[in-house]
Amino acid sequence: MTGIVSYGTYIPYRRLKRSAIAQVLGTPAGKGERAIASFDEDSVSMAVEAARDALKAAPSGTVEALFFATSTPPYAEKLNAALIGAATQLPGEIRASDSTGSVRAGISALLQGADAISGGAKRVLVTMGDCRLAAPEGKAEQTTGDGAAAFVLGSDHLLAEIVASTSLTREFLDSWRAPGERFSHSWEERFALTQAYSPLLGTVIKNLLEKAKVAPGDIAKIILDAPNPRAADEISRALKLDPAKFADSFALTVGQTGAAHPGLMLASVLPLAKAGDLILVATVADGADAIMLRVTPAAASFKPVHSVGRMIESKGDVTYANYLKWREILPTEPPRRPDPDRPAGPPMMRSEKWKFGFIGSRCVSCGTPQLPPQLVCVKCQSRKMEPYAFADRTGKIATYAIDRLAYSLNPPTVNVVIDFEGGGRFLCEMTDCEPEKVAIGDQVEMTFRRLFTADGVNNYFWKARPTR
Amino acid sequence: MASRGIKDRVAIIGMGCTKFGEHWDKGPDDLLVDAAYQAYESAGLEPKDVDAYWLGTMASGISGLTLSEPLKIQYKPVTRVENMCATGSEALRQACYAVASGAFDVAMAIGVEKLKDSGYSGLVSNVPPNDGTHGTMTAPASFSLLAPAYFKKYGLDADKGKEVLSRIAWKNHKNGAKNPKAQFQKEVSMETIRNSPKIADPLGIMDCSGVSDGSAAAIVVRAEDAHKYCKNPIYIKALSFIAGPAEGPLSQDYDFTTFREVVATAKDAYAQAGITNPREQISMAEVHDCFTPTELVLYEDLGFSPRGTAWQDVMEGFFDLEGKLPVNPDGGLKSFGHPIGASGLRMMYEMWLQMRGEAGLRQLNNPKVGLTHNLGGAPGRCVSFVSVVGSELG
Repeated sequence: MTGIVSYGTYIPYRRLKRSAIAQVLGTPAGKGERAIASFDEDSVSMAVEAARDALKAAPSGTVEALFFATSTPPYAEKLNAALIGAATQLPGEIRASDSTGSVRAGISALLQGADAISGGAKRVLVTMGDCRLAAPEGKAEQTTGDGAAAFVLGSDHLLAEIVASTSLTREFLDSWRAPGERFSHSWEERFALTQAYSPLLGTVIKNLLEKAKVAPGDIAKIILDAPNPRAADEISRALKLDPAKFADSFALTVGQTGAAHPGLMLASVLPLAKAGDLILVATVADGADAIMLRVTPAAASFKPVHSVGRMIESKGDVTYANYLKWREILPTEPPRRPDPDRPAGPPMMRSEKWKFGFIGSRCVSCGTPQLPPQLVCVKCQSRKMEPYAFADRTGKIATYAIDRLAYSLNPPTVNVVIDFEGGGRFLCEMTDCEPEKVAIGDQVEMTFRRLFTADGVNNYFWKARPTR
Repeated sequence: MASRGIKDRVAIIGMGCTKFGEHWDKGPDDLLVDAAYQAYESAGLEPKDVDAYWLGTMASGISGLTLSEPLKIQYKPVTRVENMCATGSEALRQACYAVASGAFDVAMAIGVEKLKDSGYSGLVSNVPPNDGTHGTMTAPASFSLLAPAYFKKYGLDADKGKEVLSRIAWKNHKNGAKNPKAQFQKEVSMETIRNSPKIADPLGIMDCSGVSDGSAAAIVVRAEDAHKYCKNPIYIKALSFIAGPAEGPLSQDYDFTTFREVVATAKDAYAQAGITNPREQISMAEVHDCFTPTELVLYEDLGFSPRGTAWQDVMEGFFDLEGKLPVNPDGGLKSFGHPIGASGLRMMYEMWLQMRGEAGLRQLNNPKVGLTHNLGGAPGRCVSFVSVVGSELG
């Protein structure tokens, strides 16, 4: 048996109201809002956040493979999964790959992960994140959202067992983006809907039901992720699937999160599922994938670190103007400050555990935790230090500074001095906060972010954020 | 093992200081030559009479050649020193130790910084290649960390805190208005200071020292030789310099209402100089007012005010030009700007003028003991310098 043993999700804190787009552009106002990755987030950083939650909640067992899925990899050349492995401090002895090129990559990666478990791996981490850029005034600007989902797979301690899966692949011009292009193109909607989404989903689901020997009526929940929401209506009619069983696609609260979306929807459904429930997951793009899952009794007692609902409720608005600046769609006058230097390869290699894993040190002699890791103890000057992990610790703000002079896509930069519970102090940037509300004593937690990009090098490190 | 100091063993016999400001028409060479020749003339010496040089600059040049080349120094030792914002003071300290040791008879300490050529706002530092985990906090933000911590600890609400900080800037500009070498020679109203655009809340632009170019120089000899050159030299009573272990950003027991490095340098300097009650014994001080909260905290770290009470002394005018302990009588960094390598020597230049009765409109009544304080880095992670100088031996 192969299946899901743990999961985590991530929805960025910022929301863009569709009416706010309309207000600026004078276009018809869409309903609801969409999730916006902050100026310091991307598909990798969000996939790390989801993966951290999934790993934290996972039963013991060594992760032996890592699959990262996205249609928006921050690096075109350089393994993005390697970054995620470093940030989550997975062992070096793992297979890792990026699954990309299409929003179908999320489910492809999940199936690759399942194959690795069938091939004998103890645990596999599959994490999906997407941060798709859409041109102003386009439909995708309204319908997409940013987010991530992660699953730990295994063959024991299952929350949901993979009963069967089916796939189809078709060459089909629907949505495309050439290297170097920022926005995707798409063919006309009716063509994709009638010639691709409906027939492909219809076939892949029919094949799955046959393979799994399941009747449509036996399915408890349906997760259908298609670029066009009308595909769900057509499939429901054609295959006689009960529309009430279709899971919320978060169109009004999050938007379609690309390669992460079927994962995000699945993670939202699992906490409510009963033992024995059959869940159908299907996605379409350049073909289609479908998976049938059967929920185990263990699912009910599994507590995600952050539920999808909590992530949706924890939010703050971003103005459309700021969103355009964050994505550098709207160029702005650079500050009269030097551009940040690119981080250097050798120092990053030497400090990998610190930079990516946020692992500091603790004095063996006096027990004082400290970060960054020190060679000589700040308290007792002993040279006996051991690694000490800080990423999952919360802290309180000891003092703070609101920097209006520093280089940032989102000024002012808020800096906080954090005192960690259990010891240790760190001075760093705070993100996802309202500068005027920052106060001494506020509780914060750590989050993995992209600080800036210089000479094509994405500088990832950790920041504080108000506890979500 | 002890820090013994060199009390009364070294004297300053000549000083020079350029006007500080936006010298669009002058480079570091022009500024250095100007300050050096002012110092030679002040001491009645020729360039050939100076045996060795210590040049302080953070980023306006590297090596002794930065000085020897424009001055055409004839094959003599020139040491370039750098210790962040305390660079100018460090040059002086090295020159003093050199003559005290007997290695040289006459030494010059000179500092320079040309900040206005970068095209950037504020200071810019060159950082070695690194792993990208170091923060990008600007100097005003780093020092603004003191404000909320101090206000909270001593129960000042945001409004009162802002008033105290503004009063410090107001006082320094008031003094600077009387100084023909200052970058800004105008009084500024409390209202203008309070309402200046925010840079790092609660600091507005008027809570920050300016950005300027400048140079200053001092010539030192052994104290016993001082009267050969000069009728009224000033004497080094103490020189203390400390680089801290940078525990502020690491240790939860540091509360951002003090500079431990400053406390340690003050203690060391007072021991060297034999000062037991700085609030009473020191006639005047030039302190490192890079940002207004820095000066507030320094009053307590230097022992001028008991802990938690400096803000009251500020409001009562204790540190005003007419107060009991005038601080930054020349206008401070606030009025002069902060050309890094020059600032420490510019502070000493005010001691020189005041003790010789040459301070013009801001002349104090016969100051006997003066203190200069220089600081580099950020709260919790800094270098600190304190000197004590006197107009008399003993």
